[in-house]
Formats: sequence, structure tokens, C-alpha cells
Amino acid sequence: MIALSDFLILGAVLFCISVAGIFINRKNVIVLLMAIELMLLAVNMNFIAFSYYMNDLAGQVFVFFILTVAAAEAAIGLAILVVWFRNRRTINVENLDTLKG
Amino acid sequence: METLIFYIFSAILIASALAVITVRNPVHAVLFLVLTFFTCAAIWLMMEAEFLAITLVLVYVGAVMVLFLFVVMMLDINISVLREGFVKNAYVGIPVALIVVFELVAVVGSDRFGLDQVPAPLAHAADYSNTKELGRVLYTEYVYAFELAAVVLVVAIIAAIALTMRRRPDSKYQDPSAQVRVRRNDRLRIVKMAAEKKNKASE
Repeated sequence: MIALSDFLILGAVLFCISVAGIFINRKNVIVLLMAIELMLLAVNMNFIAFSYYMNDLAGQVFVFFILTVAAAEAAIGLAILVVWFRNRRTINVENLDTLKG
Repeated sequence: METLIFYIFSAILIASALAVITVRNPVHAVLFLVLTFFTCAAIWLMMEAEFLAITLVLVYVGAVMVLFLFVVMMLDINISVLREGFVKNAYVGIPVALIVVFELVAVVGSDRFGLDQVPAPLAHAADYSNTKELGRVLYTEYVYAFELAAVVLVVAIIAAIALTMRRRPDSKYQDPSAQVRVRRNDRLRIVKMAAEKKNKASE
């Protein structure tokens, strides 16, 4: 029988893979966006696991809204990426210094 | 049997997630991300979240990942520049990720969330529908949040279009409102003039 801890550990491992992905792909914005999607997936996994084991549908409703917001985030993020590429002809994060912040 | 299926899917999930962050080609990374989402949907099915599993496949794999694929293929990316510092950053990133995973496992490990502490839930009746129950709470208890989610999506559509739309002066396009607004006098000029005399020389 699968315990709740198994699903939670799977979510934790997935989350850490995406953290490592953000670290090692510091220059590629597309892979950074994909790592963020993976992170949201890990969080959703935890929500669904708790929803299943606590027998409470609120967790699944939360996942529903996270999916909605993640889709919106991906759409706007990719739109910004396209505009930026059109202006600079590169997607290197190092060149993202126009604001001199 | 169920445990075996869970471990097989977990292995595929972790392997494909690792491939997403390590492969050289961004198109391959997107395809591995699709595999990750598919496998995750299978694991969600094991947790009886059928509606969300299908939503993940239809909305995420079907729409968001295809959008990613469009953008990745549309941009002309120089991969070798983006791979600079990959190994150097890995020396920092991998230890940090390992520390985080050990800390998280220490918190959510089987001594706190094992089967003894959180027993497996009872199976639902055969006519239980996850979609129906989810819809029931979504349209009653959470209807306000549901409407807000719709507003968020509208804002996202408008923002994405407003960001990427541009006027290109060199492209030719029709302006329908100007076409409708045009009057006869704008196009047609009636000239009143005296009739020409017959030319004698041509006879």
C-alpha cells in the first residue's frame, strides 16, 4: 500500500530537480520557465496527495486554480520572451540589464 | 501491484524531469516536459483525481506545452552561448538541491506521514464521480474564486496580445472602418466643362 509520505517525497524530489534546474540553466529563459512549471507540478502533487488522504476536495479545487494561474503565467511569460527576443535577438539572461538595476 | 506501478511511474517522472533540465536542445526539453506531465497525470489518477489528471493532459500538454513548443521553434536560439557556465553552476546547484531534498524528506518522511500516522482512505462507492463532486463544490462554495480565475484568464489573454501586437508600417492591410466611412464625393469627381470643338485638321 502506498503511504502519503511516498507521494510527498516524490513531490519534494520533483521540486528539488526544478530548483537545481533554475541553478544550472541560469542563462536560458525558456528552461527557467519550464523549471517553474515543474515546480508548480510538484506543489500540485502535494495538494492532490493531501486531498486524497484527508478525504477533502478543497485540495483539488486549489490545484484547479493553480493550473489556471500557471497557464496565464506561461502565456504572459512567453509573450514577454517573444517581445524581448524581437528587440535584442537573444534570450540570454545576462543581457537582461537594460534597466541597470 | 499498486506499489509497483507507483514506483515505475515515479522513476519515469524523475528521469524525465532530470532530462528537462539537462538536455542540450530546448525542443527536447519541452518534449521531456510533456512526458513529465503525462506521467504526473497517471500518478494523479492513482490518487483518484481523475478530473485534474485529464485536465492536466488536455490543458497542459494540449495547450500550454504546444505554446512552449511554438515559441521554442520560432526563436532562433544559439544554444552554445546559453550552455556557458552549465558545469560551474551545477557545482552550486546540485548540492543545494540535495540539501533541500534531505531537509524535505526529513519533514515529510514516513515517520510523520507514513501509513501508521495517515491511513489510506477508504475506497469510494462504485458510482462516485470525482468530476461531479468537484463541480459541486466549485460552483457553490468556490464560485467567487472561480469567477476570479476567469478574470485572471481574460487579463492574461489581453496582456499577451497587447505585448506582442505591433504596427508594421511596411505591411499592407485594409482598414475596414475607413472603407465603410467612405462617401461618393471622396472617390468620384464630376467635372463640368464645355464641349470640345470639332477639330478641322482631323477631317
